[in-house]
Amino acid sequence: MRVKDAVGRYGEQRAAEYLQERGLTILARNWRCGDGELDVIAKDGDVLVFCEVKTRSGTRYGDPAEAIDNDKIRRLRLLALRWLASNKPGGPIRSLRFDVVAVVRHSDRVTIRHIRGAL
Amino acid sequence: MVLATTRSIALVGMRGRVIDVEADLADGLPGVRVVGLPDAALHEARDRIRSAVVNSDLDWPTRRITICLLPASLPKAGSQFDLALALAVLAAAGDIPAGPLADVAVLGELGLGGRVRAVRGVLPAAMAASERGIRRLIVPAANAAEAALVGDLQVRGVPTLAAAVAFLRGEPVEESDDATEGVTARTGRPHGRQRADVAAPDLAELVGQPVGRRAIEVAAAGGHHLFMVGPPGSGKTMLAERLPGVLPPLSDEEAIEVTSIHSVAGVLRPGEPLIRRPPFQAPHHTASVAALVGGGSRIAGPGAITLAHRGVLFLDEAPEFPVAVLEALRQPLELGEIAIARSAGIARYPARCQLVLAANPCPCAAPSGDQSCTCLSRVRARYLARLSGPLLDRIDIQVELLPVAGADLLDNDGQVEDSGTVAKRVLQAREMAKARLAGTAWRVNAEVSGHELRTRWQLPRRVRHFADMALNLGQVSARGYDRILRLAWTIADLAGHSTPQAGDVDEAVGMRMRQQVAA
Repeated sequence: MRVKDAVGRYGEQRAAEYLQERGLTILARNWRCGDGELDVIAKDGDVLVFCEVKTRSGTRYGDPAEAIDNDKIRRLRLLALRWLASNKPGGPIRSLRFDVVAVVRHSDRVTIRHIRGAL
Repeated sequence: MVLATTRSIALVGMRGRVIDVEADLADGLPGVRVVGLPDAALHEARDRIRSAVVNSDLDWPTRRITICLLPASLPKAGSQFDLALALAVLAAAGDIPAGPLADVAVLGELGLGGRVRAVRGVLPAAMAASERGIRRLIVPAANAAEAALVGDLQVRGVPTLAAAVAFLRGEPVEESDDATEGVTARTGRPHGRQRADVAAPDLAELVGQPVGRRAIEVAAAGGHHLFMVGPPGSGKTMLAERLPGVLPPLSDEEAIEVTSIHSVAGVLRPGEPLIRRPPFQAPHHTASVAALVGGGSRIAGPGAITLAHRGVLFLDEAPEFPVAVLEALRQPLELGEIAIARSAGIARYPARCQLVLAANPCPCAAPSGDQSCTCLSRVRARYLARLSGPLLDRIDIQVELLPVAGADLLDNDGQVEDSGTVAKRVLQAREMAKARLAGTAWRVNAEVSGHELRTRWQLPRRVRHFADMALNLGQVSARGYDRILRLAWTIADLAGHSTPQAGDVDEAVGMRMRQQVAA
């Protein structure tokens, strides 16, 4: 496994823990289909949340959340539809939401920023 | 604080408009949006201000940033809003207090390293700010002296973004490195004046040409337009270049006006924050209409005629200019102003200048003058006819210069007057004219209407005899007759006569007689 992927795995783990602490129910992690991968799928009450996790070691390359461009947004929306087509969220769903969790690993600490309804 | 405001100033032509700059930080993907009719340079400000903030050791907020420039309907262009944008973002992020920022106006372009770079049009912008009741202004250090010309403003020149931040936080600003140097170099007035004096050409350098000298003196005294025809080397260009030197220095009001224009055009010389000397513009004859009267896309910029405002516009080889260019001069010369409409609005620029035209008598331009000319008479006639009647009609003084004789050039004993002596007489003549014209809208003889000259200041028949004769013989037009009267008053002012004498009128007729050849 490459270092880059290891950093990503670590970030996704931390992000999932963070979301759970905030009262979200994790439905799935790293859900894959032919078009790509959704990092975290969770329920926040009666809102279904598709969550993209971005992790960086330091901010030399800017804030992780800035790496999400229009292409990525389009892909996430498509993936959300794919997931809905093949999965049942379990329970009533009022609306959908796309969140971004930015995880930054500094030398001495980790900062996690949760952007609700980012896209 | 997630919303912060400050102000800046946008220029439409010479007029400054105060712009409200708002920065809002919202949740969402990090990014910057600039709204409110920005042009390409303003869009790029997003990238510049971010780098400048980061490189100034400040934090760039990772939030969704919306920057708005109001009024949204006014098109905004250029990079002079950079500093205001950056400070508004920092205030919204809570890095600097929003209170002090809200009542200042900010101008300045940012480099990626956080340096605040000089911008154009600071003087008119500062005046607009002052009119709108803004008392404090933050400008690039290099523009501080220029902004300080507006009396009732507290001007703060900042060399870097960090210095602006420190100032707004109320921290002591370190006075260091090249930043403060820039201020002193530009406020160092004695240095600037010296250089300007060295550059000014003097009439003492000119040999012979009594007719040309006299024409320059009369033109300066009465503010008359001037047309000189003469063979190459007869001193047309030298004479024209020396006209600004005999004109009276600009008054305080005029100096501010002229400096504003040059500031907008970005041609203000460092070391000369206030222009005191009448400007001199000599566009080449390949100049386009836009170069001469002003132009450009979206909002038109000033042209040579505006840069020559309160000074001299010199067109050497006038018949070589495209006809359209010459004709474009007529209206602004008459109105003293030029209005140029472009897609984003109408820009108005002042254009009250003295026009000096010079021409060779014919295309072959034989140096010894007409004796050795090889042109066909038809070609000669057509050459000067390119200067249209309506244009020449507006030019009071039309003189023919003769080639300088060898004797004059070689036996020059230094007995020629210098510009200072002539300027003194010009100033006296202008004072006389001003006293006489007090209570009217006119300042110099060239502006007085012909009707007034023929009624209110009518001359006795015996004095104007020569002029009447020229009119009756059809040698001058009715309009030309009025021009003769105007010249006669200027010549009388120069001679210290309270009203023109017969001799003054005779000389005035002599300065008009070229008209038959050209028109």
